[in-house]
Amino acid sequence: MAAASKTTTAGAKSTSRSRSTAKKAEPAIAEFKKDEELHAYREMLLIRRFEEKAGQLYGMGLIGGFCHLYIGQEAVVVGMQMAKIEGDQMITAYRDHGHMLAMDLDPKGVMAELTGRRGGLSKGKGGSMHMFSKEKHFYGGHGIVGAQVSLGTGLGFANKYRENGNVCMTFFGDGASNQGQVYESFNMAELWKLPVIYVIENNKYGMGTSVERSSSMTDLSQRGASFNIPGEKVDGMDVRAVMAASKKALEWCRAGKGPYILEMVTYRYRGHSMSDPAKYRSKDEVQKMRTEHDPIEQVRKRLLDNKWATEDDLKAIDKEIRGRVAEAAEFAQSDPEPDASELYTDILL
Amino acid sequence: MPIDILMPALSPTMEEGKLAKWLKAEGDSVSAGDVIAEIETDKATMEVEAVDEGTLGKILIAEGTDNVKVNEKIAILLGEGEDASAMDGGGSAPAAASEAPAATEAPSSPAVASAPTPQAPAPETAEDPEIPAGTTMKASTVREALRDAMAEEMRRDGDVFVMGEEVAEYQGAYKITQGLLDEFGAKRVVDTPITEHGFAGLGVGAAMAGLKPIVEFMTFNFAMQAIDQIINSAAKTLYMSGGQMGAPIVFRGPNGAAARVGAQHSQDYAAWYAHVPGLKVVQPYSAADAKGLLKAAIRDPNPIIFLENEILYGHSFEIPDMEDFVLPIGKAKIERGGTDVTLVSWGIGMTYTMKAAEELAGMGISAEVVNLRTIRPLDIDTVLASVRKTGRIVTVEEAFPMCSVSSEIAFQVQEKAFDYLDAPILRVTGKDVPMPYAANLEKLALPSVAEVIDAVKAVTYTA
Repeated sequence: MAAASKTTTAGAKSTSRSRSTAKKAEPAIAEFKKDEELHAYREMLLIRRFEEKAGQLYGMGLIGGFCHLYIGQEAVVVGMQMAKIEGDQMITAYRDHGHMLAMDLDPKGVMAELTGRRGGLSKGKGGSMHMFSKEKHFYGGHGIVGAQVSLGTGLGFANKYRENGNVCMTFFGDGASNQGQVYESFNMAELWKLPVIYVIENNKYGMGTSVERSSSMTDLSQRGASFNIPGEKVDGMDVRAVMAASKKALEWCRAGKGPYILEMVTYRYRGHSMSDPAKYRSKDEVQKMRTEHDPIEQVRKRLLDNKWATEDDLKAIDKEIRGRVAEAAEFAQSDPEPDASELYTDILL
Repeated sequence: MPIDILMPALSPTMEEGKLAKWLKAEGDSVSAGDVIAEIETDKATMEVEAVDEGTLGKILIAEGTDNVKVNEKIAILLGEGEDASAMDGGGSAPAAASEAPAATEAPSSPAVASAPTPQAPAPETAEDPEIPAGTTMKASTVREALRDAMAEEMRRDGDVFVMGEEVAEYQGAYKITQGLLDEFGAKRVVDTPITEHGFAGLGVGAAMAGLKPIVEFMTFNFAMQAIDQIINSAAKTLYMSGGQMGAPIVFRGPNGAAARVGAQHSQDYAAWYAHVPGLKVVQPYSAADAKGLLKAAIRDPNPIIFLENEILYGHSFEIPDMEDFVLPIGKAKIERGGTDVTLVSWGIGMTYTMKAAEELAGMGISAEVVNLRTIRPLDIDTVLASVRKTGRIVTVEEAFPMCSVSSEIAFQVQEKAFDYLDAPILRVTGKDVPMPYAANLEKLALPSVAEVIDAVKAVTYTA
């Protein structure tokens, strides 16, 4: 993560606030320097291009089962990655490709896992929804809605137990925010002051059901209120807002004040999974998001406006990233399937 | 009429207790609701309140007396206008008791209350191959053995911690964690909210990060709230991550029927968890099993389901007096040698089995008893070796019969020792009904020694 060490002042505008005001305040927008804008652009573009390719391979029958694309939500994970320090963990549900790419995992390993090949991150035994990297502190990749919230709370528990100063970023969606164990976890995290950021990626729909149709209280940032956990609503389409809010939340957690909730208001452009035609929302709604709020376009515009990059520069970046993704796709198709003997390995240690 | 005050039952499994202290003296007046005495059960010290009012006429059981049976007369209460002459037959001298019984307590177990300790029948073949010859033995309840196992492993490894409901300040709902908070502090002995799903998941997350949690379920009945985390997260992550990260975690607690607690609190989950690849399932019978296997479970890098039994907690067994007694997971023990029939059991099923073997010996039938100790991985080789010798097998367990551990054993035995069988495989199990509450029905729902004997007679054609 080249940019992270250079962004120490980016979140400085967000001074610590008392708990009650923190809930209401508009989070600051971090002022990005040139290298940060370029870094965010590259990272988000990699996720976008990777996911487009994954969609293509799925259509070709090379990726099986469920496949949940992250297109539209790229700013959330990239902004959070830019705010974290070495050792901070991430854990999420099954829409997990973007998290792994942001955490600097090799796109070849991710794509080869999608195609179920031996060079995949889980040797082909996990698939799209179940990938992990102990080395990069990525703890999955979980297929059961909400289960990762308790697990992430446990990772925070381990951080506190070991006094290592790290924070676990626990991602879940607006759909998962109605699972019971989320609140069991909130309670324990605040009770024991565990260093956990609960990142609610509110992409407006839990599968096909809108937040309004599933949640009696739709301000998800306040879902921790009865546990006294502060929460903020963040523009999850603006990578600068994500990073600023994340820095603040990380500071809160690292200071031993307990968990923090960030509701990232975002949008997924594609259906819930590859098999979802997304008929529960209008084409106009999707189009409006893409044209007015696209996280990558926002950065691209700023890069051009500030004359930090030319169209040609950006084209070159795009070409380079397409090359990396093509290389990953090529590997994911040529790498052999796991050896049959792998069937019986990794069950017990 | 003077009123007899009887020794009360203060827990579902209490059969006797210690009359720790009298708070009223003979001649004191007593109102309904007054605390008159303190009684120690195997779980806790309880206050006894008077139900009627009057004057305490006579104390029949002196304070300090151990092993006072439930419903034994402990005092006589005189009504208004009555005096000591109204008491008949109750005037015998209080049992002099205070010091002697205390001396029988194991000196190495200061923290546990003197519990009623029914002695298991002494096995005919007491030698355990895991215990070096010449090792001295000492008495220990299963409860003490479990506590000592956790304490020893917590001393050995700072990553081991215990969490669950009432494990710390309350000292354990069944006193299994008694004394641990004092020794290890609140960081490592963690009281949780009533949140099985949440704290099971939290424990698995902590284990994925490399800590070694012992998660206590107050009973395994409540673990059904958490079974998703146990199976989908703990058992499967190692495989799904291609071997990168697993969950070194122990889920433990009482499992199966206690006594008179009805359907929702009386179920044996061995077969449920044994079904799942990625888990190991341990079900100890004796105190030695409990200690040696729990220590092994805590050291094991895999998720372990450790199924205890509330009724066995108070049972006392001989346990090796060793520095570091660890038993191998996945290895059965021949608890009693024999030649005519193989009895296979585990956990509390062993209590019926050992009694039946004893009675069968009196009838001239020599039963070999295999104590499985571990359900998954199943030590089928030990079972098969015995069956090849005896030609007959009966399994004994308290769980429901359908898709039970017995079913699996029967399948594997017919598959691998078909030609050695001289009779059909029989199983004695709990009945195929939710556990009833009524005492007579509950007894009928559980296996019995007589059923084991009948099954043995059937397979040996001696009925």
